Amino acid sequence: MKKSSIKLAVAGLAALSLVVAACGGSSSSTDTTAAPAAAEVTTDECVTPTPVKLQLQWFTQAQFAGYYAALENGYYTDMCLDVTILEGAVDITPQTVLANGEADFAISWVSKALASREGGANIVDIAQVFQRSGTLQVSMKDSGIASSADFKGKKIGNWGYGNEFEIFAALTKAGLDPAKDVTLIQQQFDMSGLLAGDIDAGEAMTYNEYAMVLESINPATKALYTADDLNVVSYEDEGVGMLQDAIWADGHRLFDADYNATAVKFVAASLMGWAFCRDDAQACTDIVVAKGSKLGATHQLWQMNEVNKLIWPAPAGVGMIDEAAWTRTVDLSQTAKNLEGGTVLTKAPDAAAHTNEIVTAALALLTEMGIDINGAAFAPITVTLTEGGN
Amino acid sequence: MNRFVRRAAYRTSMFLLSVVLVVALWEMYKVVGPQDGGKLFGAGVLPRSNDTAMPHVWTMLSRYGRPEVRGSDKRVWVVVLAGAWFSFRLSIVGFLLGSSIGVGLSVLMSRFRLVERGLLPYLVVSQTVPLIALAPLVALWGGKLHIFGFEWPRWLSAAVLGAFLSFFPIAVGTLRGLASAPAASVELMESYAASWKQILLKLRFPSAIPYMIPAFKLGASGSVVGVVVAEISTGLKGGIGRLIIEYAREATADPAKVFTAVFGAAALGLTMAGVIAISDVYLMRNRPKETSS
Repeated sequence: MKKSSIKLAVAGLAALSLVVAACGGSSSSTDTTAAPAAAEVTTDECVTPTPVKLQLQWFTQAQFAGYYAALENGYYTDMCLDVTILEGAVDITPQTVLANGEADFAISWVSKALASREGGANIVDIAQVFQRSGTLQVSMKDSGIASSADFKGKKIGNWGYGNEFEIFAALTKAGLDPAKDVTLIQQQFDMSGLLAGDIDAGEAMTYNEYAMVLESINPATKALYTADDLNVVSYEDEGVGMLQDAIWADGHRLFDADYNATAVKFVAASLMGWAFCRDDAQACTDIVVAKGSKLGATHQLWQMNEVNKLIWPAPAGVGMIDEAAWTRTVDLSQTAKNLEGGTVLTKAPDAAAHTNEIVTAALALLTEMGIDINGAAFAPITVTLTEGGN
Repeated sequence: MNRFVRRAAYRTSMFLLSVVLVVALWEMYKVVGPQDGGKLFGAGVLPRSNDTAMPHVWTMLSRYGRPEVRGSDKRVWVVVLAGAWFSFRLSIVGFLLGSSIGVGLSVLMSRFRLVERGLLPYLVVSQTVPLIALAPLVALWGGKLHIFGFEWPRWLSAAVLGAFLSFFPIAVGTLRGLASAPAASVELMESYAASWKQILLKLRFPSAIPYMIPAFKLGASGSVVGVVVAEISTGLKGGIGRLIIEYAREATADPAKVFTAVFGAAALGLTMAGVIAISDVYLMRNRPKETSS
């Protein structure tokens, strides 16, 4: 990527954001009911890069490859940003870190973040990186769980910590009472419970825990489990998929022109990283492995490929928040009842909870730079898993 | 000297024997124990003995010799050892912090009854705060707090949590020890017009040592627990706690791996206890030995 092309693109964006600002003129800084418009990105020469901290949800892994690729390939530097990526951990809640001002941006699932917002954290979804839900309920073929309606009377594993809302949404949709019709079992973040038979169907992400099963030896055949041994219920296919990894920003600070411009540049560079990962999954996996992930290389490549499937193709442009999916997530968050009969959200979030202004400006920047923001031609690769993912 | 060598040899052989016994018990259970666990009145009481839940001892040991992930030139034992060393240093920092705070508080409390009355309840309350609730808060000091131009490093947060768990037994044990000086000796010192400081250093501390050593042992293991839990909770890179949680994610397909990290943590705790035991021998060298009949 040449510097000159970026400067040109930034100039183009400046012109465009003027138009955006003109169109959205009414939502000026005093209006707090809607998210502010994207700021003008200045074309000044980079003197001192803006320090930016990004809080992830978990340890370094391919789930966050796009950000690491943007960091390693210098996309952030080209945008005059000095980005530090903060890893997540067991007790680190990205939304809280963001709301406390410990990070400038955070990656979080939409329903979890909206619950935090309802609790008073002024955080805004500025880019919906994962367009689809990657949550599955995986069971052995012989248990006959082909859809969420078959959960009745079964032992259903779930992770808790706000990762279980889709299960409750599916149960509610299937007309089952989570308290009576199924046995919900707190599941560890691995699949040994399913393999040991403690649970009938285990919660799994396509890009992580599902692969863990496929990397394990089936005692019956003495070979690795195959997809034929398993039944998979995909919550996205069940119609209860909820939006997951999104970039969240500080709602107060979005009214600040500098922060707003930083947000546009940050989103643009991050999405560039994701476009790079789409085109070269192997290179992106190598970046993540080099960053010190302890997961095996084939497991990471699998994860990269599955994550790509959740992002691409993106007909409306990568990172755009699809209103229908947003509404579905919000509706399910209000209707899916958990064990205590409660819901994630008690009321719909206000309009300022998400905005496409930032990502629109960022995509304009990327289009100027000639980057494919739709990935219409995206084709996933085939990853062969090995025992233990190594 | 000959007696010392014999004693050391005896102790070492007893330790090795206990290790062999534990290994034998583990493997024996694997032979006789139910593969899928035993149930009593519908509740699982007997653990599963299959290879996923209880890998063979040799599987776990051989895992140390294999690379951490394929294609990596680092073997597991190197990584675990490096992690344990990292956490060990943090535990030492936490222990030193905790013992200075603990001893300082106990001196203050033994000097002023009022402080003891006022402070002790708060010390007790402090230990009921769950560490995992505290860890994320303390972790946030990393890179944010600046004291006189000194930037608070992330690892120091973990050490502080180690100190948090270690200072309490040390404070309480030392306080009890300082009060254990015989009243007659204290009166004698006072009759010589010894100052409070002289009594503290020449009488109270020496008589407190038998109380302080067990307190320090508790404090040392508390420091290890604090550091490991803080590493797990805040994801601090480099330590054994982080390794445990990272390896635990692979427990589905590679159950032996997580045990390698757990043993590393156990070795870490043993080393800490060993350090205290050595100081015990040194500090108690002038005392009459208890005769074991």
